[in-house]
Amino acid sequence: MHLLEIENLVVEFETAAGPFRAVDGVSLHVDEGEVLAIVGESGSGKSVSMLAVMGLLPWTAKVTADTMRFAGRDLLSLSAGQRRKIIGKDIAMIFQEPVASLNPCFTVGFQIEEVLRVHMGLDGKARRARAIELLNDVGIPDPEQRLGAFPHQMSGGQCQRVMIAIAIACNPKLLIADEPTTALDVTIQKQILDLLMNLQAETGMGMIMITHNMGVVAETADRVVVQYKGRKMEEADVLSLFEAPRHNYTKALLAALPDRATGDRLPTISSIFNEDIDGGAPA
Amino acid sequence: MSEIVLEGRNLVRDYHIGGGLFSSGRVIHAVKDVSFKVEKGKTLAIVGESGCGKSTLARIITMIDAPTAGELLIDGDKVDLVKDGLTPEMRRKVQIVFQNPYGSLNPRQKIGDVLGEPLLVNTAMPTAERRDRAMQMLLKVGLGPEHFSRYPHMFSGGQRQRIAIARALMLNPRLLVLDEPVSALDLSVQAQVLNLLADLQDEFDLTYVFISHDLSVVRYIADDVMVMYFGEAVEYGGRDRVFSDPQHDYTKTLFAATPRADVESIRARLARRAA
Repeated sequence: MHLLEIENLVVEFETAAGPFRAVDGVSLHVDEGEVLAIVGESGSGKSVSMLAVMGLLPWTAKVTADTMRFAGRDLLSLSAGQRRKIIGKDIAMIFQEPVASLNPCFTVGFQIEEVLRVHMGLDGKARRARAIELLNDVGIPDPEQRLGAFPHQMSGGQCQRVMIAIAIACNPKLLIADEPTTALDVTIQKQILDLLMNLQAETGMGMIMITHNMGVVAETADRVVVQYKGRKMEEADVLSLFEAPRHNYTKALLAALPDRATGDRLPTISSIFNEDIDGGAPA
Repeated sequence: MSEIVLEGRNLVRDYHIGGGLFSSGRVIHAVKDVSFKVEKGKTLAIVGESGCGKSTLARIITMIDAPTAGELLIDGDKVDLVKDGLTPEMRRKVQIVFQNPYGSLNPRQKIGDVLGEPLLVNTAMPTAERRDRAMQMLLKVGLGPEHFSRYPHMFSGGQRQRIAIARALMLNPRLLVLDEPVSALDLSVQAQVLNLLADLQDEFDLTYVFISHDLSVVRYIADDVMVMYFGEAVEYGGRDRVFSDPQHDYTKTLFAATPRADVESIRARLARRAA
């Protein structure tokens, strides 16, 4: 049994011009201890499909799926209250803008302890001890002092570490990281990715890494799903994806990487891949 | 070609911060003693992390800020903002493209007016000619005549960056400062914009100062590379030299931190993971 199993996920938004399909029949699964990367450009529906799993989409979104099962439980048939018990505890998520996703009005200590209070029911002393332990785990120096710091007093990299601390506070079975390093410098990106991969290896949790950066995919993933305009283009293990991409879109995406450039102009996606989604499918 | 378009000699920029009734201020040395030369038609890439002074340097080069000490020479002429001010002729020579195309275009201005404005401010050109020039430039950067009277919100990020580039080119500058022009864009759009920049460089013999933190982009576009760290230029040299034989520890750290997307690195990582 897979940890997370999604079959034929469709997300539609009602717009003035009729329904807009942001995710169009995506199926994927993650096992325990596995890192799945979902890669695609903006508008490919990679974030929306994971927000649908988390139940974080606004009410205007219409989510349907044949199956959406987490650890054997059907997420779609759960009540909102039951679902909230899973979200943030067994499935945790890290967002792209670390500074924006923390509440500026509360100390980071309060925000970490809040998760522990809601999901774990720890008392004040135990919460504080656990919060210090978590900050230590994510590599923030002098954790006792930093508990009292506000998000604006920390750098972007440190805020992302705090977000990771909040996400792993309840030992989740599945961690969804939505572009966790896009807003960060390369050296900080390296530190955060190393931290995530170490935590993943230690705890054996499943992880979904949403990204548009092929370098991040290459550095983290076991298996990769490539999405384009709401549809799944290709799914492969990371080595075969980079070695021998089957779908034309994946080929185009890889060719557009500046480090793979051979001539003095980069091949663009449209020059290789003429928006012809079905025609590019592997035979 | 050996014509030097841009030269910086021991540029320094300090910022004085704070200092009130009861406290003395602090001095931040944003740029410390940086020197460089860029030949006509070449690209100098400035690499570094946030806070390393690369954008301050860009402000000095574009003559938005005056350096605290040191000399800036454009086309061999010394620029002294404090004494001489900024002439329209100098403004014409150097133009800048900013990082975020969502923030650098006025949402209430139509694209035709965006492109016409540099001419309106810096020249005495009649309206009809400004419109013609704007239209030509719009086509040059790969947009259509129908885009002329649209507003910025009607464009995608890549299209907006094209507009920002077009605006910078309206005055036929000699030197274009590109401050992270592709870091907000998708991979495929990034490739298109980089190609556009290369085409324009060939066509107008433009000189670029390309500021970036993405080493793979720098490797692709630059002739010379300067690595900045806490306001200092810790490494400066030809692209191939810097990439094949980095001297400074920070440059090595930077290279080591860049994610590698080649098959051998993936294989090595998977082997480590399995072990």
